[in-house]
Amino acid sequence: MQVEQSLSLANPSPIHTTVRQKIGLSAVTIGFLMFLVAFFSGQDAANWSPVLYFALMAGLIIGGAVVFIRDEYIGKPEGIKNNSVYFHNLSSREALIGLLVSLFGWLGLTQLPAFGMGSFTSWNAYYVLQLAVAAYFGNKTFRRETLSQMSARGLGAWMLGIFLTGFYVVLYWYGEKMVSLIAIFDPLSKLVSNSPADKWFVYGTLYTAGVLVMGYKFALKYKHNRYQLIRTASVSFFQLGFAFLIPSFLKMMNEPDYYFTYFWPLKTDPLKPDGINYIVQSSSHGIGWYFIAFSAFMTFAGVPILTYFYGKRWYCSWVCGCGGLAETVGDPFRQLSDKSLGAWKFERWMIHSVLVFVTIMTALLWINSAYQGAVLGDLSHGFSKTYGFLIGSIFSGVVGTGFYPILGSRGWCRFGCPQAAILGIFQRKKSKFRITTNGSQCISCGNCSTYCEMGIDVRAYAQRGQDVVRASCVGCGICAAVCPRGVLRLENGDLDIDERTEAVRAIHVKDGMLEVDNSFSL
Amino acid sequence: MKVAIIGNGIAGITAARWIRKLSDSTEITVISEEGDYFFSRTALMYIYMGHMRLQDTQPYENWFWEKNRINLLKGRVETVDFNNKTLKIKDNSDFVYDKLIIATGSKSNKFGWAGQDLDGVHGLYHLQDLAAMERHTATGINRAVVVGGGLIGIEMAEMFHSRHIPVTFLVRENSFWDNILPAEESAMINRHINEHGIDLRLGTEMDSIVDENNDGKLDALQIKNGEKLPCQFVGLTVGVSPNIDFLKNTPLSINKGIKVNNYLETNQLDVYAIGDCVELETPQAGRRPIEAIWYTGKMMGETVAYNIVGKKVQYNPGIWFNSAKFFDIEYQVYGDIRATKPDEHETIYWEHAEGKHAIRINFDRNTEGVVGFNLMGIRYRHEVCEKWIKEGTKVETVLQNLGLANFDPEFYKEYEQEVVNIYNQKFNKSLQLKTKRGLNAVTRFLKAAF
Repeated sequence: MQVEQSLSLANPSPIHTTVRQKIGLSAVTIGFLMFLVAFFSGQDAANWSPVLYFALMAGLIIGGAVVFIRDEYIGKPEGIKNNSVYFHNLSSREALIGLLVSLFGWLGLTQLPAFGMGSFTSWNAYYVLQLAVAAYFGNKTFRRETLSQMSARGLGAWMLGIFLTGFYVVLYWYGEKMVSLIAIFDPLSKLVSNSPADKWFVYGTLYTAGVLVMGYKFALKYKHNRYQLIRTASVSFFQLGFAFLIPSFLKMMNEPDYYFTYFWPLKTDPLKPDGINYIVQSSSHGIGWYFIAFSAFMTFAGVPILTYFYGKRWYCSWVCGCGGLAETVGDPFRQLSDKSLGAWKFERWMIHSVLVFVTIMTALLWINSAYQGAVLGDLSHGFSKTYGFLIGSIFSGVVGTGFYPILGSRGWCRFGCPQAAILGIFQRKKSKFRITTNGSQCISCGNCSTYCEMGIDVRAYAQRGQDVVRASCVGCGICAAVCPRGVLRLENGDLDIDERTEAVRAIHVKDGMLEVDNSFSL
Repeated sequence: MKVAIIGNGIAGITAARWIRKLSDSTEITVISEEGDYFFSRTALMYIYMGHMRLQDTQPYENWFWEKNRINLLKGRVETVDFNNKTLKIKDNSDFVYDKLIIATGSKSNKFGWAGQDLDGVHGLYHLQDLAAMERHTATGINRAVVVGGGLIGIEMAEMFHSRHIPVTFLVRENSFWDNILPAEESAMINRHINEHGIDLRLGTEMDSIVDENNDGKLDALQIKNGEKLPCQFVGLTVGVSPNIDFLKNTPLSINKGIKVNNYLETNQLDVYAIGDCVELETPQAGRRPIEAIWYTGKMMGETVAYNIVGKKVQYNPGIWFNSAKFFDIEYQVYGDIRATKPDEHETIYWEHAEGKHAIRINFDRNTEGVVGFNLMGIRYRHEVCEKWIKEGTKVETVLQNLGLANFDPEFYKEYEQEVVNIYNQKFNKSLQLKTKRGLNAVTRFLKAAF
């Protein structure tokens, strides 16, 4: 007997799209094209009515998405909705090649002037190349499936993957090219912060809209699961309120745009000498020190205490904006995380290196400040700049979010975030939190591991009846949700806090008899 | 010592892993023709449904086997020469063992229906069955018929449904799985199957499978005393039986399965058998001689490893438990819950108004000790239920502390007080729930010495 290697995966089943969904998708596509036009049109935005343009664009994208999402989930029986996940072009690794080619294409093209080929401006060339790549792979995708199997979801989503990395590159390094896009966000910016829009406002608005719209999708998908509903309400609330409205409001009040939900080391400013100076000096009501005090309190007391009681999840999958984006916009990609032992080893080296890096950087800045530059010269600022470029821009933005279709939704959180590293150390060493496994009910199916966005091999624990205590676990609860046998539960308890990792509940041979091994409790 | 294991399913692989854990020097070879690496058979449905890929169903990475010096040999064992301790492997040289473990699993039942071997008629057990399902349905078909209302039958119905293939589901019994599930739970699943738009035909049997075009491929299914259903695939899911045909006419003692004692020894020296293919000579009370279940294969694998390395251990699966998922409704059972309860048992049954959650607790009329739990759409803790059953805890104690058993996710509504209310109503009592869901109470309860 020979097994056909294809099994299910080379033959995607037809994806059913209703007429309403097609209309919704068309609306999203038109809105998205409007966005692209504004994005591409350089400085030619003078003739537009920004309010109309913005309203139409946002209305089409959000309205179309909501129409699509509602038809996807409403009126269907409640339950796990992972059918065909591995058939969708969006979430399959098809997108990988296109993204890599376009990214390296961009890196290559920026070097063209060095070869005397400076007639292209590099960013235009990048988009020409990207469009060519998109057309090529889009065409390939189109031919690979029959017409009936082809849905706008595949191609539209594929474009999203290309777009995300490109967007970050432009945002960070070519922000001045976004003039007309910024112009159409201007009225909204004036409304919420009484100041003109800049590229960060555009980014913040898109980010928040993404969390809210895809959060709505996530909530409908998991409507049977109250943990997921409440958690999604929480990330949406913190993104909209604490990462968007409050900073805008502070700006309106002539205060620094302080974020109450980011602490050192994820956001280094409030505990860095020049950052503190900036916050204190730009506060027109003299409340800057309160912000600094709050940051310090959260870093040194809030984080360990809350993590002791609830685990890392209180932050990573309930409050944090990066986590919020990963749990909503990133949800369709969660299964793409690498579960191998090698990836786990790499993760531990990587994330702790970033933590060491940021700690050294902060220390150097303080030493430099204490000696007024006499000891280190410009070293500490160079260090700080390098950190900002490598970690702050490339890692958290371009790779972290742009590579959703490659690394899954938590690439940054898993490999790069220094805040996650600290939370993870507390979670691992001293926390009431763990994922309990239910006796011997595990059938090793692999759904838990597959849908773990942090790449934890949950099954390895579940099948031997060992509770999951892992530094990286963000407590999203999806492993427990997708388990078809009721094996996993996120729990807090302090009675056995130092024996969390020892509990082996599966039935094992003990003292010559096969019985439940209760050694953890004796 | 050279140990050969035939079969790389959960039983054979667990045996191999535990032999390695217990003995560093034993040479271990696992022989299988099914697939290159161990995968979770219970997850086959999820590959077809697109939830996972084959590699996602493999619990160990590919380097695991070499690192743990477990040799994997792909091939079909055609016969065993028990006297010379030799395996005859197709297209391969003979393999001489010191000790042999047979873990060949099950095969899908066929009861001699006309047309049962036509192209497009398949069970679902092996990887090859999944490949066949894919081959016959990948381009889309108009209708699939699933014959047999058991666990694999409803899985197959769900698989086709996930691909938007219309399914007719023939169930011989008058209600789904009503030889195992009590009437209320069975009715709940009937409703749920219908809710998903499956054409559920209760009390209906197949007569034959028809090849009208004489091209070797099925065209329709004939229902006994009924209509002829045009279809392009027939799933035969009328149970499984030990996969031991290649051992017939050998000195090995066989009945329906390979006969083994409680040490999992066969009648042949140094030959053991484990998993689905086994028929226990003296099963424990409340246990059947053949149990084709994931966890029994796992337990037998661990037990046999001890016996292989010379530490005598009896197989003892303990108190019955099992679980399944019927479309979106999870099912767990602990202890003695029968379709028709014996007279000495009393039952408390609570069902949610929406009809997708239910809790049943059975207890002994005379001793008042709990004997079993049945859960639909609600998760209960294995260890807590087991401890109550093992200790024969009085039903009223159990009810007042029922929150200990609840394993549903945080923020889920707790229904334990409603169960207590049902008991109060039925027996004119006024018990109150004392312990709600929560880990600390569970830890305290489980730490208390047995």
